[in-house]
Amino acid sequence: MLIFMFRRFGTMVLTMVVVSILVFLLLEINVESVAIKVLGPYTSVEQRNLWLERNGYFDPAILRYLRWLGNFVIGDFGSSVRFKVPVSDVLWPRLANTGILGGIALFLASLIGLTLGVIAGMREGGPRDRGVSVSAILTTSVPEFASATFLLSFFVFHLGWLPGTSGMADGFDLRQLVLPVMVLVIYDWGYIARMTRASMAEVMTTHYIRTAVLKGLPYGQVIRRHAMRNALIAPFTVIMLQINWLLSGVIVVEVAFGYKGFGALLYEASLNQDIYLIEACAMVAVFVAVMTQTLADVGYTYLNPRIRFS
Amino acid sequence: MTDQVVAGVPRRESSLLRTVRGLALIRESAVGMIGLSLVLFWVLVAIFAPLLAPFPPNQTGLPLSPPGAVGLEGNVYWLGTDQLGRDTLSRIIYGSRQVLLYAPLATLCAYLVGIPMGLAAGYRRGLTDDILSFISNVILSFPVLVLYIIIIATIGASGSNIVIAVTFASAPGIMRIVRGLVLDLRNREYVFAAETRGESPWRIMLVEILPNARGPLIVDACLRLGYVVITIGTLGFLGLGLPPPDPDWGGMVSELRSFAIINPLLAVFPCIAISSLVLGFNLLADGLREVSLRD
Repeated sequence: MLIFMFRRFGTMVLTMVVVSILVFLLLEINVESVAIKVLGPYTSVEQRNLWLERNGYFDPAILRYLRWLGNFVIGDFGSSVRFKVPVSDVLWPRLANTGILGGIALFLASLIGLTLGVIAGMREGGPRDRGVSVSAILTTSVPEFASATFLLSFFVFHLGWLPGTSGMADGFDLRQLVLPVMVLVIYDWGYIARMTRASMAEVMTTHYIRTAVLKGLPYGQVIRRHAMRNALIAPFTVIMLQINWLLSGVIVVEVAFGYKGFGALLYEASLNQDIYLIEACAMVAVFVAVMTQTLADVGYTYLNPRIRFS
Repeated sequence: MTDQVVAGVPRRESSLLRTVRGLALIRESAVGMIGLSLVLFWVLVAIFAPLLAPFPPNQTGLPLSPPGAVGLEGNVYWLGTDQLGRDTLSRIIYGSRQVLLYAPLATLCAYLVGIPMGLAAGYRRGLTDDILSFISNVILSFPVLVLYIIIIATIGASGSNIVIAVTFASAPGIMRIVRGLVLDLRNREYVFAAETRGESPWRIMLVEILPNARGPLIVDACLRLGYVVITIGTLGFLGLGLPPPDPDWGGMVSELRSFAIINPLLAVFPCIAISSLVLGFNLLADGLREVSLRD
């Protein structure tokens, strides 16, 4: 188990290194464009060259990459061109905001997805199964920006119940979180429900469930004690992997509702060609994604001893 | 004549014909038929856009008219107009062309890259597999939209760049699926037979293995198409998609949303359009899966 964990974390570090190379190649390999992005398009070639010279951009690419990576590891992401402050000053508060939004959304999506998935998987092909499956397809077919628009026109403009933006201008307001969370949950619960359903349906065909039913245990007890314990192992991984999906989802939702989070920050950074901010956001996003993937793998191995040593 | 049939020997149907026959089973699935009709509806709309649209897509008129308003020349704006007075219905109709051009094109490109990768990884295994799997794991570890935003921020927003970005981001997923299918199929007898005959590895992969993996791949392609439609719409919504002024559904939503305070309904129509197309692909995939599991 320990060796497995070491190997898994080793892969994670290797993945991050390759990702960093990829990000570096995409954004920093062309020094001329770096200078234009940092200094703006209305600078002379001499000014750019002076800046590049002073910041060591004429060094070999490998040296630049290693220096860049080293700064990243110690948490020095450079300065944001647009906000004129160190990237970390804007990044961490925004990430915390997204953590609140994403955390609530993931919790609710998991709760709904697991519950409905178990109910659907109890009797494969039954009316409840069809109902849950069709509604899962229906809701996952609506892009986030579309469901945001639907909810906005209904709850904000038709009923007038909720605020239409989530900028939190006058301090934290829970009501402003309702619509962003709803959009994320609507898009996400279906995946969790379908996975849970498949896993549950598979468990329901096993011999030990049949035995439990035949020896006369109450049906509810069979479901809760025997079926769910094994059926919920696979969805655990899916829920962890949803965090990767959520990181995409929050971008749209935060932009749509003006929520001051990490996704909106990355989006603004890309619109403004704020190169160091884009890099930092991308690396942090991938780090969170890879970290949860690794935790999902380790957790899955812990929960399911059958695959531990294979 | 070339079509002569030798008595007693049934003519072997071509693989293409059998695939078509298999796909025709979709009529046994109600869900699949609904999906197919939705997709066909939009395909027909895209083909006959000039006949169906009451206005040219970029013609300006009365700005922000409500649905059902009558224009200057007596034409009706059935779904209202945008801030420049362009007819929403006509723009939705023409917008279907964009999405039904770029989504299949991008998906096709992703498959053209992903299938050979998956075949090579699954058939050769060993180091080839390790390298290809690692590369795909790295790309898949990016949250998709983050990857799209970095790529588009670097190479710029245009139709062909969307195709490049989608190919780059989707090929690894396709590779994984193909690899899994090949790992299963490579131990079949007909593969051993081909190897014994001395056929070349790529011929075995493409002629013996790939056609037998087509079922799950067709289902995956439908799901993926739906997802690419969402992606293109989302990029358009974020202003990173196809450049204006040609209509694109995501871009229309983001424009019309700014005027929700005047009429919140205006932005809803392009949302319905894109959702129904994605729903069509997803239901079609579900129906195909259901039908293929049956036999």
